[in-house]
Amino acid sequence: MKCHHCDSQATVHLTQIINGQMHKMDLCESCAQEKGVTSPDNLSIGSLLDDQPKMDASTASMTCESCGTTHQDFKKGGRLGCEACYHVFRPVLEPLLDGMHAGINHLGKVPTRSAGKKTVQDDEDALRKALQKAVEEENYEKAAELRDRLKKLHTQSSPTA
Amino acid sequence: MFHDLFFSKAKGRAPKPCPIALSTRVRLARNLREFPFPGRAQSGQKKAVLSKCMEALEKVKNLKTSTSVELDELSELDKQILVERHLISLELSQSDESGGLVLSDDRSCSVMVNEEDHLRIQVLSNGLNFDKVWKLADSLDSGIESSLDYAFDSQLGFLTACPTNLGTGMRASVMMHLPGLVMSKNMDKVINAVNHLGIAVRGLFGEGSDASGSIFQISNQQTLGESESAILERLQDTLENIVHQEKMAREKLMEDDGLRLVDKICRAIGTLKHSHLIQSSEAMDHLSLIRLAADFEFLPEKFRALADRMFIEVQPGHVQLSAGKPIEPGERDRLRADTLRKEFLRIPQLNLDAQVD
Ligand SMILES: [Zn+2]
Ligand SMILES: [Zn+2]
Repeated sequence: MKCHHCDSQATVHLTQIINGQMHKMDLCESCAQEKGVTSPDNLSIGSLLDDQPKMDASTASMTCESCGTTHQDFKKGGRLGCEACYHVFRPVLEPLLDGMHAGINHLGKVPTRSAGKKTVQDDEDALRKALQKAVEEENYEKAAELRDRLKKLHTQSSPTA
Repeated sequence: MFHDLFFSKAKGRAPKPCPIALSTRVRLARNLREFPFPGRAQSGQKKAVLSKCMEALEKVKNLKTSTSVELDELSELDKQILVERHLISLELSQSDESGGLVLSDDRSCSVMVNEEDHLRIQVLSNGLNFDKVWKLADSLDSGIESSLDYAFDSQLGFLTACPTNLGTGMRASVMMHLPGLVMSKNMDKVINAVNHLGIAVRGLFGEGSDASGSIFQISNQQTLGESESAILERLQDTLENIVHQEKMAREKLMEDDGLRLVDKICRAIGTLKHSHLIQSSEAMDHLSLIRLAADFEFLPEKFRALADRMFIEVQPGHVQLSAGKPIEPGERDRLRADTLRKEFLRIPQLNLDAQVD
């Protein structure tokens, strides 16, 4: 099998599901390294962004004031530069996240130091949204888990938890 | 030298052998608030992140007995050894400045600083044990967080340089030895099936469905939209399923053409005992068969542990380390064969009665 990018023998075979569609890519060792695919830890979405529709003028000029990352940089490397990038590039990022992850709302661990900054309302909104999505998808196992967490949230109304 | 410090100490402690699942790993990606991610940081900012993180790590209970190093202090060989032992990533080993590593003395916990993210917290254990590994990673993370402000967003979770790590920032993986699925040509099917579940499979030593040594790293692809425990549960289910498939494949191989399998194993033993030049990928394929023979109880248990140790020691950096000086690749193949001949000199005949049903 030949590498997707050059004519060398492909030794790295990636399969990723994006927007419900299976994308396969075969890479040689050096192209894989170049793309940052050195281990499953470093699956780069840079290569996957090739499949996205062309940037329109409004997103092409996006730049993060705080670290200098441009939309072009993000498209090329698949990486963002700082916390602020996540606000600047939110419009182009959100449609990508949907295909990349199991959902678009964080349901995991919350750092204690930011627990105070994060309002319970935020939590509840996120959980409610996720719950609605799970029900729509008929993913009842997940829906049950989310319902439990919502219940818990109500019983411990203090944000110190 | 760095490697003398660590690797001699841990050498006597033989890893507990385990069929099929070799090791479990959980890695958490974290970044500090108010600093650009390492890929965008100026050299002064990276330095500041390094010293902030190192200071925080000193206070963490789980890292009380550990060693901290800055990557600049390490030789190229030291770094290669750490990569071959999966203690640091290739990316960190190539980082140009202000990379840091804190490694607990029992080598179960390691924290990388200024890799792709400011912090990569990693916990490793033998066998398949998400429960223990996640608990340790979780407490390590909380310990670090008690003195650092993480970049966190209530919708997107922990913010990471690459959006593929958002949310939990958690990548959990298990190293699996799957010779049955490889020999019965079912590995592609398994890879496709688990990919549909959002789980990635990669040959450990660089190849796809016919990875050297039939060792694969299996991990979650998705990090956002599910809790850590939900991700681990799904991964666990999938892994148990793969273990089951592997066992069935082995049974079937033995049933359909046991003689061919035994022949293969014996030829592997012959090569390990008698070759004078051997490349790492060939050595790994033979070691894989030794491991399989131990699983079938054709060989005493201790040969599984020996195969596991040799998987690492036949890697280029480790061969060079044993030489004690820089050597050419050809010379490496000679030294590797020397080591293997010595280690397998006294390997017994296969005990073929073990499998009579
Ligand atoms: Zn290529
Ligand atoms: Zn930025």
